[in-house]
Amino acid sequence: MAAKTLFDKIWDSHVVRQVEGGPDVLYIDRHLVHEVTSPVAFLGLENRGLKVFRPQNTIATPDHNVPTIDQHLAIQEDLSRHQVDMLTKNCGKHGIQLCGLNHPWHGIVHVIGPELGITQPGRTIVCGDSHTSTHGAFGAVAFGIGTSEVEMVLASQCILQPKPKRMRITVDGQLKKGVTAKDIALYIISQITTSGGTGHFIEYAGEAIRSLTMEGRMTLCNMSIESGARGGLIAPDETTFEYIKGREFAPKGVEWDKALAYWKSLPTDENAVFDTEFRFDAADIEPMITYGTNPGMGTGVTQAIPTGEELSGSDLLTFQKSLDYMGYKPGEKMLGKPIDFVFVGSCTNGRIEDLRAFAAFVKGKKKADNVTAWIVPGSKQVERAAQEEGLVDILTEAGFKFRQPGCSACLAMNDDKIPEGKYAVSTSNRNFEGRQGPGARTLLASPLTAAAAAITGVVTDPRELLDA
Amino acid sequence: MAYDKFSTLISTAIPLPVENVDTDQIIPARFLKAVERKGFGDNLFRDWRYDRQNQPKPDFVLNDPTYTGKMLIAGKNFGSGSSREHAAWALYDFGFRVVVSSFFADIFKNNALNNGLLPVVVTPGFLQKLLDTVEQNPKAEFKVDLESQSIVNLTTGESENFEINPYKKHCLINGLDDIDYLVSLKDDITEFEKSRL
Ligand code: SF4
Repeated sequence: MAAKTLFDKIWDSHVVRQVEGGPDVLYIDRHLVHEVTSPVAFLGLENRGLKVFRPQNTIATPDHNVPTIDQHLAIQEDLSRHQVDMLTKNCGKHGIQLCGLNHPWHGIVHVIGPELGITQPGRTIVCGDSHTSTHGAFGAVAFGIGTSEVEMVLASQCILQPKPKRMRITVDGQLKKGVTAKDIALYIISQITTSGGTGHFIEYAGEAIRSLTMEGRMTLCNMSIESGARGGLIAPDETTFEYIKGREFAPKGVEWDKALAYWKSLPTDENAVFDTEFRFDAADIEPMITYGTNPGMGTGVTQAIPTGEELSGSDLLTFQKSLDYMGYKPGEKMLGKPIDFVFVGSCTNGRIEDLRAFAAFVKGKKKADNVTAWIVPGSKQVERAAQEEGLVDILTEAGFKFRQPGCSACLAMNDDKIPEGKYAVSTSNRNFEGRQGPGARTLLASPLTAAAAAITGVVTDPRELLDA
Repeated sequence: MAYDKFSTLISTAIPLPVENVDTDQIIPARFLKAVERKGFGDNLFRDWRYDRQNQPKPDFVLNDPTYTGKMLIAGKNFGSGSSREHAAWALYDFGFRVVVSSFFADIFKNNALNNGLLPVVVTPGFLQKLLDTVEQNPKAEFKVDLESQSIVNLTTGESENFEINPYKKHCLINGLDDIDYLVSLKDDITEFEKSRL
């Protein structure tokens, strides 16, 4: 048998049929649903007189559009409340498991999937959300889809999809102190650009990737979409199995043994061929920060903004437009730049390990007076763990506000908006114009770099304070 | 989704020579609260089009009456970022039927095709010439023919062929969507599920 990649093994085993000259009919094992991209799909289903084909393989949660304080009260804003109510209604009608507000499983869709053990190696997983790539951390083929495709999956548990190409990104060696999975992600995108992964599914490999925790792997795979890739994945190993074992929807007993045997067969065969390969050295990566308006515009925190000298034509215009928006000049140093907000949260860095790292860093220190900081757990389970582990006390002591789970300022659909012109160091994934609120300026970074900035009030190299 | 069939379009074009136009720009998140697929065109490029007082920004191309048409010519890597299909709906609702660029983000491309909005990929050189032509003459017309998969600059006579998945082409020309097809496969899908137990 020809040598196959991890990606090929999963994809090929889920093809129900190939449409001549067209896309594959791909079977979807798990479908995750949230309130923003689903109502039109449910409506479409209704108009066709169809039912959800496999409600038991579908799970829903409202996350994008929910407030992150006073969740026990009714949602204030009419449109948001209506959207969340629609999700409740649609799930009730079609028999879909809903993890609604205040449900013990509630949270950001990409945080709760793994946490509940729904995300498993070898599965195909989709959601009407581009960061579905997160679930690839477990060795699953997981990708974001549009609303028409949500309707397809609701109607048939299948999707029509052209098969992407394979890319492998190997990161050799060991990460240096203060460098995290988020920095790997921002580094890779700064190297291959925001369109470098387009048309591909990325497999991350190499020593630096192997040594990441599941949380770190999720952070990295989460950001795959920011390089333009359809998704990213990492071969399952002991770290993966250890994480899944015992979770709510994890296989149990003999089922576990069966699943484990299958999972162990998944990693890429030795001689398998990739369409595109990149290799990086972990030692070259330092804590990263972005200075522009796409995630590819990032640099080591001690470095300067590029001068743009080598650019011309629309590349130059785009670069200038971006720096104008940020209020920065070419060639300026990032260290010492004043900031106004810090946001820790999102499906990129809103998991318990992120909060632990942040809390350990700020413990015994004080938040800078000029900084407003929002710490938003990715889920109810993360929220509870943070309380039980005493992280919330540490945060409160250091002057930080701990909120309730949701997407929050990652996309600012609710009230958590960064005001116009203000600078936010954010652990989320997108620094697009207005992403965190109209006119908001976003600097993407790891929880450690965010913590350092929160303490000093300016862009700071976290390693300086780690050593202190 | 029901959309108009697509065969040929002859139209003037609106130029947007910006790169990496992400879907947060095409339609900002705060306009995604609707539960129906209506009216998104009003908020297309909202924050580029209107200032904070909701006054049109005169220097943005959609507010410039010189430029009209059902075709948007955009810089490379159009539609990156969020998977929100609202971006395709907003472009379609505003009146666009074709977006031309040298490079599209994957999810946007799928979303556009699923909604009768044709993404046309051209070479960077051809894209630049299209933009030059519009700049010199905003009334210049272009022809996109889906059957022959070609785009013609009617001013210069230059043309280029573009790629499209044959299945998707068939769907666009006939105004079909994928759901009827998938639903017709239910027995196969059920068989497939059994085979994997
Ligand atoms: S946290 Fe941000 S990126 Fe993640 S699902 Fe929510 S809005 Fe999307």
